[in-house]
Amino acid sequence: MTGQLALALLEGTVSSLLLALTAVGLSLTFGVMRIVNIAHGEFFMLGAVLAWAITAATGSFLVAVVVAPLGVAGLAVLIDALALRPVRYAPDATIVITLGWLYILQQLTLLLYGPEARAVAPPLLGTVSLPWFGYSRYKLLVAAVAACLLGGVWWLVRGTTLGLLMRATQQDAEIAQAFAVPVPRVYRGAFALGAALAAVAGVLVVPVQQAHYLMGLDALLLSFMVVILGGLGNLRGTLAASFVIGYLDAGVSIFFTPTLARLLASLLVALALVVRGGGLFGEARA
Amino acid sequence: MPVPDPLGARPQAPLKVGLQAHRTGIGAVYGKWYERTARAAVQVINAGGGIAGRPVALIIEDDGTDPRRGIEVVEKLALQHRVDFIFGTLFSNVVLASAPRAGELRIPYLVVSEGYHVASGKLNRWTFQAGITDVRAQVTAVAPWIVENLGKRIAMIFPDYAFGYDHRDFFGAAARRLGAEIVAQVPIPPTETSFTKYFPRLPRDVDVIYHVMVGPGVLTFVRELGEYFGSRRPQLFGFIDSLEGVDLASPGLEYLEGSYLWEALPRYAGQYDTPWERQYREAVGVDANGASREDPRDVSTYSHMFGVWETLFVIKEVVEKSGYRGPQDYRAFIETLEGIERFEEGLAHPQGPKRFVGQIHQVFAQQFISRVVGGKLEVVHRTRIEESLYPPEADYTTQPL
Repeated sequence: MTGQLALALLEGTVSSLLLALTAVGLSLTFGVMRIVNIAHGEFFMLGAVLAWAITAATGSFLVAVVVAPLGVAGLAVLIDALALRPVRYAPDATIVITLGWLYILQQLTLLLYGPEARAVAPPLLGTVSLPWFGYSRYKLLVAAVAACLLGGVWWLVRGTTLGLLMRATQQDAEIAQAFAVPVPRVYRGAFALGAALAAVAGVLVVPVQQAHYLMGLDALLLSFMVVILGGLGNLRGTLAASFVIGYLDAGVSIFFTPTLARLLASLLVALALVVRGGGLFGEARA
Repeated sequence: MPVPDPLGARPQAPLKVGLQAHRTGIGAVYGKWYERTARAAVQVINAGGGIAGRPVALIIEDDGTDPRRGIEVVEKLALQHRVDFIFGTLFSNVVLASAPRAGELRIPYLVVSEGYHVASGKLNRWTFQAGITDVRAQVTAVAPWIVENLGKRIAMIFPDYAFGYDHRDFFGAAARRLGAEIVAQVPIPPTETSFTKYFPRLPRDVDVIYHVMVGPGVLTFVRELGEYFGSRRPQLFGFIDSLEGVDLASPGLEYLEGSYLWEALPRYAGQYDTPWERQYREAVGVDANGASREDPRDVSTYSHMFGVWETLFVIKEVVEKSGYRGPQDYRAFIETLEGIERFEEGLAHPQGPKRFVGQIHQVFAQQFISRVVGGKLEVVHRTRIEESLYPPEADYTTQPL
C-alpha cells in the first residue's frame, strides 16, 4: 500500500510536470493570440523525432535538448508568417489551418522518418532503489528540468518586459497596439515559445517513451483537457490543472484502472465546464 | 508483360490481386513490410510464368489501419479496380469491419491477421486465413513448454482489445489445463505510453510474466519493467509481435537478455536453416539480422510477413487447381481451397509445412520459441503442427455460396 502510494506520487509528479510543459505552450498561444492551435501536439511530436535524429547524428542528447526546440520554434515562426498572419488570426480560420498543419506535419514525418517507434538511450542510466520497487533516475531528472523550465516561463510572463507586452496583448490587442506594443512580434514570439515548450517536452520524453509519428495526438488531447480545466489562457490555472490531471491519472490508474482514470479526468473537465464555464481559474462566464 | 495463351495466340489478361495495406496509421510498420513481401512474391510468381499462365498484377490501397477506411478499400478494390482477390489485412479491427463487406460483395478475402476471428466462425465463407496461424493455435502450442520450463505461477499482460483477449482466454485456459495458475491478468489500453502504473498489479512472487504488446510503446514497456523489477526478475515470456520492426539491440531492451519470445519464423538467419527460408529471405531483401539489406536499422516484421508470401502462393495453387478464370469461378475457388488439407514446405511455404482446416478456413503450422542471447534470438524449441490444433468450433462450408 505504501509502495503503491509512493509510486502514485512519483509517477504523478513526473507526468504532471511534463503535461504542464506541453499544456502551458497551448495555453500561451490561446491566451495571447486567441487562437486554438490544433497542431500543438505535432510540435511535441517533432521535438521527439528531432531529438532522435539529432542524437543519432551527433551522438549527444544534450545537443538535441537545445537544438530540437529551437528548430521547432523556427518552424512555428514560419507557420505564423505563412498561414496565420495572412488570415489575421481569425479564430475559425486558424482552427482549420492548424488542423491542416497537423496533417501536413504528421504525414511529412511519416514520409521522412518512417512509421517506426525509435528510442534514444537516456543520458542518465540506472534506478533509485526504493524499498518496494526501483525508479528511473532519468525520470527524476526530467521532473527537475521540467520544473525549472516552468519556473522560467513563469518568470518570463510575470517578471519581464516581454511578459508585460504579452499580458498587455492578451488583455486587449487593439489598445496594446495603440500603446506601441509590437503586437505582430508578440504574436510571433508567443507562438514560437508555445511550440518550443511542447518540443522540449517531446525531447525529454523520448528516452522514456520513444519517438513515433502519431504521438502528438495524445499530447494534444491531454493538453486540451488541462487547458479547459484550468481556464483558457490562464497560466496559473494551467499549472494547477496539470497537477490535478497528472495525480488523478497516476492515483486512479495504480489503485483502480487506467481506463477509469481517463474517464474520471474527462468527467472532471465536463463538470468544470458545466459548473464554471471558464474552468477552475478562468473568469466565470457561465 | 502479357503471357501468351497456351491455347491460342491471344495474350492473357493479368490476374489482379488487391492488397489492403496498412500504409499509414498505427500498423504502418507492418504495412510497409507486408507490401515489400507482396511485391517480392509477385515478382517470383511472375518470373516463374505467373498464375495459370497469367501474369499477376498487384494493386495496393492504403486503409490507414482504420476500420472505416478498410471497408472503403474493400469496395474500391472490388468495384473500381475489379481485382480477383483481396488479401493481406493484418489488424483485427480492420479485418472485423472489412470481412462482412467482402462477403456482401462476394469476393474472396484472404487475411494475414493472426486473430482467432476467422477460425471462430464469426466471419463468412468468403474470408480465409491460409498463410498464418491464429493466436489460439500459437498459444496452445507454446503453453506446455512455458509451464514445464519457466514455471506454474503466471501473470499476463496483454492489449485491451480483441487480439489481447484471444491471448487472455486461450492461453489462460491452456495453461490452467496443464496445472498452472494464472495469478494476474492485466489489460493495457493500446494507446498507453507509460506502464509503470500497471506493475503493482503483478504479484512479486510470480514465476513468469507473459507479455504481449502491440504498438509503439513496447520499448518503454520493457525498460519500465526492468526499472521496476530490477534484478529480482521473474522469467519473461513474450510474443515477438511486441518487437516486430524493432531492433533487439535498441537501447533499453537489454533487460530482455535471457528472456524468451515466441516467433512464427525466426528473425535471425540460420535459426531455421532450410534452402527455402534462405531463398525467401533473399527475395524479400532481408539480411541475416532480419533487417532490410539497404538499411540495417529498418527491421522487418519477419514473424508475420511470410504469411503474405504464403497467401499469394495459396492463391496460385488454388487458382491452378480449380481452373479459376474469372469471378464466375469463385465457387470452384472456394470449394477447392476448403478441400485442401495440407501445403508442403517449399519456396511457396518457407515457414514450414502447413495443415489447413477447410471447415474453419484456418491454416496451422509449427511455432518457434527463441531466447534472447547477446541481443539476438536463438531458437530453443520448435513445436509440431499437431500441438497447435484445437477442435473446430464452426463450419463455414455449410454456409450457402
